[in-house]
Amino acid sequence: MGAFQSSPGQPEYVDLKEKTGFSISQIRVLHTRFKLLGHNGETLKRDHFNSIPDLACNPIRSQIIEAFFDRRNFRRNGEGPVDEIHFEEFLMVMSHFKAPSPRMIEERESVRREKLRFIFNMHDTDDDGTITLEEYRHVIDELLSLTEDLGKDTAKGIADAAMREVASTSMAHMEPDEFFEGITFEHFLKLLKGFEIELKMNVHFSMMDTPTFCK
Amino acid sequence: MQRCGYVHLWLLGPVLLIFLISGVTKVKGDVAHQEPHPKPPSDFKSNQTEHGHGSSVITGIPIVTFKWHHVETPYVIALWILVAGVGKLVIESNHHVTNIIPESALLICFGFVLGGIIWGADGVQTFTLTPNVFFFYLLPQIILDAGYSMPNKLFFSNMGAILIYAVIGTCWNAASLGLSLWGCHMGGAMGDLDIGLLQYLLFGSLIAAVDPVAVIAVFEQVHVNEVLFILVFGESLLNDGVTVVLFNVFDAFVSLGGPQIDAVEIIKGIISFFVVAFGGSLVGFVFGLLISFLTRGTKNIQIIEPGFVFVLGYLSYLTAEMLSLSAILSIVFCGMCCQKYINTNMDERSVTTVRYVMKVLANGSETIIFVFLGISAIDKTIWVWNTGFILLTLFFIFIYRFIGVFVLTWILNRYRLVRVEFIDQLIMSYGGLRGAVAYGLATMLDEAKIKEKNLMVCTSLIVVYFTVILQGITMKPLVNWLKVKRAAVTDITLVEKLQNKVFDHMLVAIEDISGQIGHNYMRDKWNHFEEKWMSRILMKPSARKSRDYVFNVFHQLNLKDAMSYVEEGERRGSLEFIRNETAIIDFKKKFADDFSEVMPDITAGMSDDHGAMSPMRDPVPSISLDMHEQTMNGMRESEDINTHHLLQQHLYKGRKQHRHRYSRSHFNTNTDENEVQEIFQRTMRNRLESFKSTKMGVAPPKAISKHPKKDQQHKMPNGKSRDKSKTNYSGDEDVEFSEGDNACGYEASGHSFPMRVTYRAGAGIENPASCRTCTPWPRCRPSPGCWSRSWTAAGWPPRSGPRSGCRGGPATCAAWLLRASAPAQTTPSCRPTFLSRLHPQPRPPPPTILL
Repeated sequence: MGAFQSSPGQPEYVDLKEKTGFSISQIRVLHTRFKLLGHNGETLKRDHFNSIPDLACNPIRSQIIEAFFDRRNFRRNGEGPVDEIHFEEFLMVMSHFKAPSPRMIEERESVRREKLRFIFNMHDTDDDGTITLEEYRHVIDELLSLTEDLGKDTAKGIADAAMREVASTSMAHMEPDEFFEGITFEHFLKLLKGFEIELKMNVHFSMMDTPTFCK
Repeated sequence: MQRCGYVHLWLLGPVLLIFLISGVTKVKGDVAHQEPHPKPPSDFKSNQTEHGHGSSVITGIPIVTFKWHHVETPYVIALWILVAGVGKLVIESNHHVTNIIPESALLICFGFVLGGIIWGADGVQTFTLTPNVFFFYLLPQIILDAGYSMPNKLFFSNMGAILIYAVIGTCWNAASLGLSLWGCHMGGAMGDLDIGLLQYLLFGSLIAAVDPVAVIAVFEQVHVNEVLFILVFGESLLNDGVTVVLFNVFDAFVSLGGPQIDAVEIIKGIISFFVVAFGGSLVGFVFGLLISFLTRGTKNIQIIEPGFVFVLGYLSYLTAEMLSLSAILSIVFCGMCCQKYINTNMDERSVTTVRYVMKVLANGSETIIFVFLGISAIDKTIWVWNTGFILLTLFFIFIYRFIGVFVLTWILNRYRLVRVEFIDQLIMSYGGLRGAVAYGLATMLDEAKIKEKNLMVCTSLIVVYFTVILQGITMKPLVNWLKVKRAAVTDITLVEKLQNKVFDHMLVAIEDISGQIGHNYMRDKWNHFEEKWMSRILMKPSARKSRDYVFNVFHQLNLKDAMSYVEEGERRGSLEFIRNETAIIDFKKKFADDFSEVMPDITAGMSDDHGAMSPMRDPVPSISLDMHEQTMNGMRESEDINTHHLLQQHLYKGRKQHRHRYSRSHFNTNTDENEVQEIFQRTMRNRLESFKSTKMGVAPPKAISKHPKKDQQHKMPNGKSRDKSKTNYSGDEDVEFSEGDNACGYEASGHSFPMRVTYRAGAGIENPASCRTCTPWPRCRPSPGCWSRSWTAAGWPPRSGPRSGCRGGPATCAAWLLRASAPAQTTPSCRPTFLSRLHPQPRPPPPTILL
C-alpha cells in the first residue's frame, strides 16, 4: 500500500489504470490532489476531508466523506468503515464517477448498477441491504440541513412521504398491518429507472489541478 | 364513422373560412379605400378608387350609420386574428392529419388557400407579412415565451454546445452558402444575375439561421430527448440574434460598397458583432432583474402584476432595438432571468395568468405568422424564378447544415462527458428549419442596393416552405425510423427528486474533493452567490424563506393525494373508506392517471413556487389547495355533478341572497359581517348536528350532501390509529393538530362560539382529508371569502391563514393586520382561505380578521 510515495513511478500507475479504468494523466492529477489533501502523507483521514473548505457548505458532506471510508466502495468485497485510506482506495471510490467510455452501450446496465450501488450504500449506513425509514430520514435531514427554514419535522415528513411512495410503488398491495421495512437495492433500481444515472454521474477528472483555487 | 365525421368537419371549416375571408375582402374592396391608412396592419395596399359614405351631406340625424373606416384597421386586425385562430382550430380538430403533417405546414397551406382567395378577389395581394409587423408585433411574444419557459438548468449545462452551434454554426452556414453561391455564379450556373459577393454573403446571413418558431412548432410534436431538444431549441433562439447581427453587418458592408471595405471596417464589423450580441443579452438581463424587482413589491396590486412581465419584456425588446443591439437575445435573456423570481414572487394566480397569456400570445402569433407566410406566397410580384439560384440555395443549405453540425459536434464530443450521438446529430442537422425570420429579413432588403431583392425574397420563401413542409413532415417518420431516444414521459416521484438533489450535492462534493473546477463546481458557486445576493434583493423575503424544491415536490405529492382522496370520497359518496388503509394506496395509483393531464400545467406553474413552511410546525399538512382551484376544471368534469349540486344547496343557501360585488382590482372578498356570521352559524350547526347524531349512534341522514360531516367523524378514530401504523398516510399531523395552537388561536378570538368549541372538543381532530373534501366547491360559490372564513372559524386558522400572513412571519403578519383593519376590499391578501396552503403558520393570524 505504501508504494505511492512522493514520486510515484509509471508502473504503479499502469497497475492502477488497469484496476480503475482511469487514464494515466487522470491518475496523475488525482494523485497530486491526494497528496495535497493529505499534506503529502500516504493516507487520508476524515479530518483531511473535513478541512476541505469548499466541502463545508455541502449539506450531505458527512455522507460523502463516509463513502470514502466505506469498504464496500473499494470493490474488494469488504465491509465496514476504515479509518484511513490509501491512494488506491481513493481512486477506487473516485472511479465510481468516471465518465462512461464510448463503448459503454453493452456494459450500460452494469455501470448503472454500480453507480446506483454507490448511492445506495451511501444511504444504507448500517449495511443491512435496506434503506430503512430511519436512514432515509437521516438523509433528508442532512439534505435540508442548510435550508434554515425547514425544520427537522419537515425532513421527517418528507422522508415519510417518500417512504410511503416507495411502499406504494414497490409493494402492489399492502395489508394494513404489514410493515414496510425499507428500500432494498432492487427497489432502488426500480425507483430510479427513469434516471439516466450512467449518463449523469460523471465528473471530469482531466482538468489540471489548480491549488490556488482548491486549497 | 368517426373518421367520416372528422372529414366533414375538415371540409366544412375551410369553406366557412373562405366565406368569411371573402366577406372581409369584399367589404374592404367595397368600402375600404379613401385615405392612406396611418398604419396598415398587414400592409394594406390600396389602389382602388375612393368612395364611401363620409362625404354625403347630412340631411337629418341618422339613426344608424355605417362607419367602416372608423373601425377599419382594428377590425381587420381582429378579423385576421380570428381567421387564423379558426384556421388553427379546424386544423387541430383532426388528429389524423396533424399526426402526419405538422401543424405549421398545414397552416402554411391554409395560408395558400386564403392567399388564393384574396388574390382572386382583389387581383393583387393585399395582405403580406411586413417586417415591421413581424418584428415588432409578432416575434417578441414568441421569443419571450421561449425564454420564459426555458429549462434554465438544462440550457446552461449545454450552454457551451449551444453557443458553438449558434455562433460558429451560423457563421459557417452564412459564409459557406454565400461563398458557394458566388462561386457557382462565377461558374455561370445561374445565368445573368446582378449579385456581387457581398450581396451573396448578405443573403447567406439572412438565410443561415435556424428559426425558433419553425423549430418549436415541429419539435414540439416529436418529443425527442431533452438534450437534443435543448440543443436545437437553444441554437435556434440564439442564432436568431446572431443572424440579425450578421445581417446588419453585411447590410452595412453592402451599403459601403466593396472598395470602401478595408481591414479596419472588417474588424469593426466583428467587434460590433460581439457588442450587439452581448449588449443585447445584457439589456435583457437588466430588464429581467427589473421585472423581478418590481414583482417583489406588488403585494397590493396583484391584479396587474402579470402586466409588468409583458410590458417590461416588450420594453427590453424595444430598448435593445433602439440601441441597435440584438433585440431577440435581449428578450430571451429577459425571460430566462426573470422566470425564477417572478414565479416565486407573484401570486400563483398571477403566475398562471402569465403562463397562459404568454402561451396564448405566442401560439397566436405563431399561427398568424405561418398563415401569412402562406398568404405571402400568392403574389405575382415577388415571384422571380431562377432555377439555378433557388435549387443551389436549397442544396447548399441542406448540405452545409449537415457538414456544420457534424464537424462542430465532432469537436464538441471531444470535450463533452456525454457524447452527442450520431443519430442525434442527424436529427439536429435535419431539424435545421428556416422560418419567418429569414423571410422577414429578406423583405427588409433595400431594393435600391440589391437589385435582385425579389429573387431573394422568393428564394427564402421557397426555402421556408421546403424546410417547414417537407422536412417537417418527414421529421417524425425519421425520428421513429432512426429510433431517436425520446423524452421519457416521467411522472417525477418524490424519491427521484430527492435522489436528484443528493446526486447534485454528491457531484459537487466529488469535484471539491478531487480538486476539479468542473461544471458542477461552477454551478454550485453560482447557486451560492445567487442565493446569497440575488435572491435577497429580488425575491420577497417571505417567498425566499420557503423555497426548497424537495419540499415542493412533497407538496405536489400531497396535493395529488388530496385530490385523489376527494375524488374517491365523492365517488363513494362519503369518505368512509378512509378507514381502509389499503384503499388509499389503490386509489392513489388509480387517480394519478386521471390527473396526469391536469397536473403538468399546475406542477409547472408551481415549480418555483413554494408553500411557506414555518420552522415550528410539522410539515405534512402543507397541501396546497391553491392548486386546486386551477385543477378544478379538470376535476369538475369527472366528478359527480349531482353531489355538488346537493352540497351547494345544503351549504350555501344563505349566501345566494347576498349581493355580488364587482371590483376591478380585486376578486370578491365578502366582508359582510352578518353574512359571514350567518354562514358560519349555519355550517357549524350542520356539522354539530351530524356530529351529535353519530355520537349518539343515530345514523346520519343518508344524503350525500352530508359527507363533509361524515368524514369528520370518521376521521377521529382512524386519524389516530393511522399514526401508529408505519405506512401512515397523513401520519403525524393528525395528533398535532388537535393540540395546543389551534385551540389558542381560538380562545384568543373573543368571538368564541360555544358550539365551535364543542365541536372542537369532540371532533377536534383536523385532518387534511377533511379539508380536501371542501376543495372541489370553491368554483360554484358566489363568494369564496365567506365560505373559507366559516371553515376557518371551524378550526383551521392556525394552519391556513391568508397567504401573505402565512408567508411573512411576524412582520408581514403585522402588515397584513394593518391592511385588514382598513376596509376589507383593499386587502387582496384576504384571499379565500382555502386557497392558502394548509401549512402551519408562524403565528396564527388573529381570528378577528378571519371572522
